[in-house]
Amino acid sequence: MPATFHLDPVDAEDFGRELDKIREGVLASLGERDAAYIRGLIAVQRKLELTGRALLFASWLPPAWAAGTAALTIAKILENMEIGHNVLHGQWDWMLDPKIHSTTWEWDTASPADQWKHSHNFVHHTWTNVLGKDRDIGYSALRICPEQRWHPIYLAQPFYNALLALFFEYGIAIYDLELERIPSGRKDPKEALAQLRAVAAKIRNQIVKDYVAFPLLAGPAFLPVLLGNLTANMARNVWAHTIIFCGHFPEGAEVFTEDWLENETRGEWYVRQLLGSCNIDGGRLFHIMSGNLSHQIEHHLFPDLPSNRYAEIAPRVRALCERFGLPYASGSLVRQAGSVWKRVLRMALPGPGRPSAAEPPASALKAAA
Amino acid sequence: MTLTRASATPATLLRPLAAAAHWLTSPLVPEDYLGLIDPLWATGELCGRVEAVHTETSDAATLVIRPGRGWIAHRPGQWVRIGVDIDGRRHWRAFSLSSAPGRPDGRVTVTVKAVRGGLVSDYLVRSTAPGAVLRLGPPEGAFVLPEPPPPRLLFVTAGSGITPVMPMVEGLRLDGVNGPDVVLVHSAPAHGEVIFGGRLRSLAARCPRLRLHERHTRSDGRLRPADLARLCPDWTERSVWACGPPAMLDDIAAYWTGPADGLHVERFHPVPTAQGSGGRVRFTRSGREAEADGGTPLLAVGESAGVLMPSGCRMGICYGCVARLRSGQVRDVRTGRVHGDAGEMIQTCVSVAAGPVEIEL
Ligand code: FES
Repeated sequence: MPATFHLDPVDAEDFGRELDKIREGVLASLGERDAAYIRGLIAVQRKLELTGRALLFASWLPPAWAAGTAALTIAKILENMEIGHNVLHGQWDWMLDPKIHSTTWEWDTASPADQWKHSHNFVHHTWTNVLGKDRDIGYSALRICPEQRWHPIYLAQPFYNALLALFFEYGIAIYDLELERIPSGRKDPKEALAQLRAVAAKIRNQIVKDYVAFPLLAGPAFLPVLLGNLTANMARNVWAHTIIFCGHFPEGAEVFTEDWLENETRGEWYVRQLLGSCNIDGGRLFHIMSGNLSHQIEHHLFPDLPSNRYAEIAPRVRALCERFGLPYASGSLVRQAGSVWKRVLRMALPGPGRPSAAEPPASALKAAA
Repeated sequence: MTLTRASATPATLLRPLAAAAHWLTSPLVPEDYLGLIDPLWATGELCGRVEAVHTETSDAATLVIRPGRGWIAHRPGQWVRIGVDIDGRRHWRAFSLSSAPGRPDGRVTVTVKAVRGGLVSDYLVRSTAPGAVLRLGPPEGAFVLPEPPPPRLLFVTAGSGITPVMPMVEGLRLDGVNGPDVVLVHSAPAHGEVIFGGRLRSLAARCPRLRLHERHTRSDGRLRPADLARLCPDWTERSVWACGPPAMLDDIAAYWTGPADGLHVERFHPVPTAQGSGGRVRFTRSGREAEADGGTPLLAVGESAGVLMPSGCRMGICYGCVARLRSGQVRDVRTGRVHGDAGEMIQTCVSVAAGPVEIEL
């Protein structure tokens, strides 16, 4: 039986209060060093991008191609993960710098920032892992838990998940349009069309930049530059897909039904965020490259705390979980990614999977609590 | 009033090039990369670099600032908003420009007096060294002399109220025979605490058409309007420009019997203080107003007033509800922290009014 059974409402409240204390401690100590961190990181990212693009001008030399493509890939990963994702969460809004602010930031990905803030910051982070509410469970394309009804189309999901990894940013952008809600009238087609236009404009800008303008500027190196940019974009996609899937879909991440939400207290909200998220172990560089989504648990408990602080509060969160008998899911990248793929493969087939099938549905936890 | 660019822009030629560069930097702008080399090259956000700091008195200093690209020449008497990062957080305050416009070296100065408990003024006076980069707003304010200036002028200033007036006086041609006739009455605590004391005295010694009355309030007491009539009997026939503490300005206004358009006063923008909780909330774009208590989030206040409020999670996590604060301060219900500068973006779902508030929605 999962440990959550033992958490009664009073404990949940205590747990929440302890987390609030951690949160307040971080907020009170935000200052110069945090601002220097994000400014420094943004400068590094931009220099890395300039370097990568410059190297690619010499990309008829294979080492220059490899180095340029690697630099560009890293720059794009940093831009999306540790910078873009976290800025759009408002993690740096406290600095009151309009240049590094959730309302002004636009990132190098197909999803326009404002659309993504709705689908991700609001829908996903509010309704984390609640079936029927959090659309990020399987991204409306995958079956990743036995509670989702099986359909023959899921037989192909290992294949299209791999495809999704390669074209992740486009997948997310289209997914954010919530097209499946149009037939039932839950989404205004006009609104969807306007959003689609914004997505198209972003994709056009990206295509012009990476596949037309820079290759043309490189003249004779047109093709290698184009290939370098394509590689960087795809590698970024695969990396983002891997890290993000490891956040909520490995074995151990729990899914909730809507009745959990009834009268959910702040403490229970915290518990749900915790049970639905999984961390990835790694060093400082790995955490930065993953946008600190390797601290998915801390990120879900405190989505608006600056990401550079997750590593330092993680041991405290973990200790709290031990004290309250709550699981704290963490594992190596290989283990978590392996677990995700196992789940994708298993859930492609009909029938409830293991070991979730042996557990009562999460909603029962609350009833029992 | 016409504003002119400080320098003629060769931008007409560069514009197509800049447009092309946009394609290469999307979703950023080329300036984001230029700013890596020198923040003064960025045009999206106006910056200035402090090139020298001159001590004026024990608690006032003049910062010599080189403004970055996009600076618009100011007129004497105007002020500028300055943004500084203190402990990682940006704060904005308005300061008078104390230099005459169009200096050949392209620099401007602001003169700052450290007010007690004033975070920004204190930082600028005591902790700002040459090389520091500040954010700048455009020059603002209507406390400016008409062109041509009136033939007879009276300036009444106190303390740092001299800062906008100094460049006005210096901009007048007082050495010639047919320049305006100027009286300047300035109050400061003591001889050694007169901001621009040396500059003022030597100007007065040089210019027969400038009569300077220095008053040292620690020994002579505060200036009363009756004193004005004594120091400058024709004062109501002059064009009067006054800048200083609110009490002095109120006194003068109450005593003024000249034509209404003859008296010009400049009030220093009071630093908003958040006493108490709750207050009148004005939504500036929709023109709606509501009374808010100290417990209802501004999001709910706006919604019940019929304002189209952006929102999301309503619990402080998604930042779907942020809006610009135009004035006033708010309390964060999660931490109890009271904060707010004009122009700051706040999360309306977790902010309550701490006094009267204006929000751009
Ligand atoms: S509505 Fe989500 S942060 Fe305010």
